[in-house]
Amino acid sequence: MTAPLLEARGVTLQYKTAQHLLTATYRVDLEVHRGERFIILGPSGCGKTTLLKAVGGFLEPVEGRIMLAGRPIRGPGPDRMMVFQDFEQLMPWKTVLGNVTFPLRVKRAWKAREIKERAMAALEKVHLAEFAHVYPHMLSGGMKMRVAIARALVMEPEILLMDEPFAALDALTRRHMQRELLELWRMLGFTMLFVTHSIEEAVTLGSRILLLSAHPGQVRAELNAGHLDGRDAADPAFGALTRHIHDLLFGEGREPANA
Amino acid sequence: MPDPVRAALAQDLPPRPEFERVPQDVGQIGAVEAPLSLRERLFGNIAVRRGLVLIGIALLWEGYARWLNVSLLFPTFSETVRVFVADLLSGVLSERILTSLRVLLIGYAAGVALAAVLTTLAVATRIGNDILSVLTAMFNPLPAIALLPLALIWFGLGTGSIVFVLIHGTLWAIVLNTVTGFRAVPETLRMSGRNFGLKGPRYVAQILMPAASASILAGLKIGWAFAWRTLIAAELVFGVSSRSGGLGWYIFEAREELETARVFAGLFAVILIGLLVESVIFRTIEARTVRRWGMQR
Repeated sequence: MTAPLLEARGVTLQYKTAQHLLTATYRVDLEVHRGERFIILGPSGCGKTTLLKAVGGFLEPVEGRIMLAGRPIRGPGPDRMMVFQDFEQLMPWKTVLGNVTFPLRVKRAWKAREIKERAMAALEKVHLAEFAHVYPHMLSGGMKMRVAIARALVMEPEILLMDEPFAALDALTRRHMQRELLELWRMLGFTMLFVTHSIEEAVTLGSRILLLSAHPGQVRAELNAGHLDGRDAADPAFGALTRHIHDLLFGEGREPANA
Repeated sequence: MPDPVRAALAQDLPPRPEFERVPQDVGQIGAVEAPLSLRERLFGNIAVRRGLVLIGIALLWEGYARWLNVSLLFPTFSETVRVFVADLLSGVLSERILTSLRVLLIGYAAGVALAAVLTTLAVATRIGNDILSVLTAMFNPLPAIALLPLALIWFGLGTGSIVFVLIHGTLWAIVLNTVTGFRAVPETLRMSGRNFGLKGPRYVAQILMPAASASILAGLKIGWAFAWRTLIAAELVFGVSSRSGGLGWYIFEAREELETARVFAGLFAVILIGLLVESVIFRTIEARTVRRWGMQR
């Protein structure tokens, strides 16, 4: 087996609010390999978003270390492009195309023509090419999210970090976006670290699922979900995994809640 | 699996048949969209409605002044316009306006530049932020014109004093709005910017400033309005001993000579320039930037 792309060892994360020092995660280990769809799943307060921000380089662990391709993470960078939950991550003063080209321009590694070609290719992949010259405020929630995903993928990051990207969407759009994300993954084979609080979403999207318990977040389990690829959601294997996760998070014997 | 609670609930509901339908073709429904009538569109236009209000005011003014028939107190609208146009053409009024605008631009530009420096300091350091917050809280409520006596002591009669009060009039409004705008930049937008690898001045220029552009523009607008009002007031106060006065001085002079129509013409010019800058220049900038971007309705 090859070395993991992303590796966290004994990561304890803390952050301060106005009154308190909170421990978000306690000695969390995880390994993400190239091409994996790695899901961090847990109830609110399990520090999953904080963990993602630490991988993004916005927060340093007070204990333990996080390594990307064998190098410790120091500060944010475009090798770990992030997609957030809310729509304010897009720059309202730039068109859809402007938003997607922006990180390419910041890196100053390509010629103007190449930048535009890459951005248009990325927009085509998320079916937004015809909206290239529209400003974000004219788009629907799902379209804004697709712009954010295109903007992240255009940089061809080592790993794509997604912080509950579909949580603010309506249920139908969310399901649609999940299917599109899987298609993109099939097409491009990127590595993704995806945070969610929805068991259903984790089972639908993940190839491997890390379960965190709450207050503070500790590893509860790590499960495989790759065997579900290509199966219909009505397949009993989905229900079995969903129930198993539910039991691990909330204790056995209770009815699965609508996640 | 059967849910006992749901089973019990459903028992109370009357049985109803299910059905499915195919939506009708749009062509059969008729016009889904239809253009509005000319009258509706005309009265829907804000410029047309407001223009009508303006004409109404002018007519009322003309009628009342004619009925009063004391042009020393209340000249007619037509007389005011006549004096206004005559003075504009003869160069008396236009020269005054230019003098005023020149001083205004100096003061305004200096205020904007100073605001940029102070805001940069406030964004860069926490103590800078604290200092600026206190200063803004102190000076923002102080009307700029109240500083004129002090300015006269420090800088004497002349442009220097007016520029000083103009800076005071613009600076704090701009600083206050800009800093508020920076603070209101959404957290995820900030994180996106840093995620792309932006730092320091590039981060401020490419993320914070455009994201706060609506507030910055509002600050510039308020600053301009303050400056314009302050300038006219200041010119009125010591227009008496200044040789090359501006618009305020023009109004003051006309009053001295009891040329009331000229006083009105001066006020007319003040309003017109104020309107022109606020609702033409700033409105255009807004329409091309923050409104277009959906950052302001």
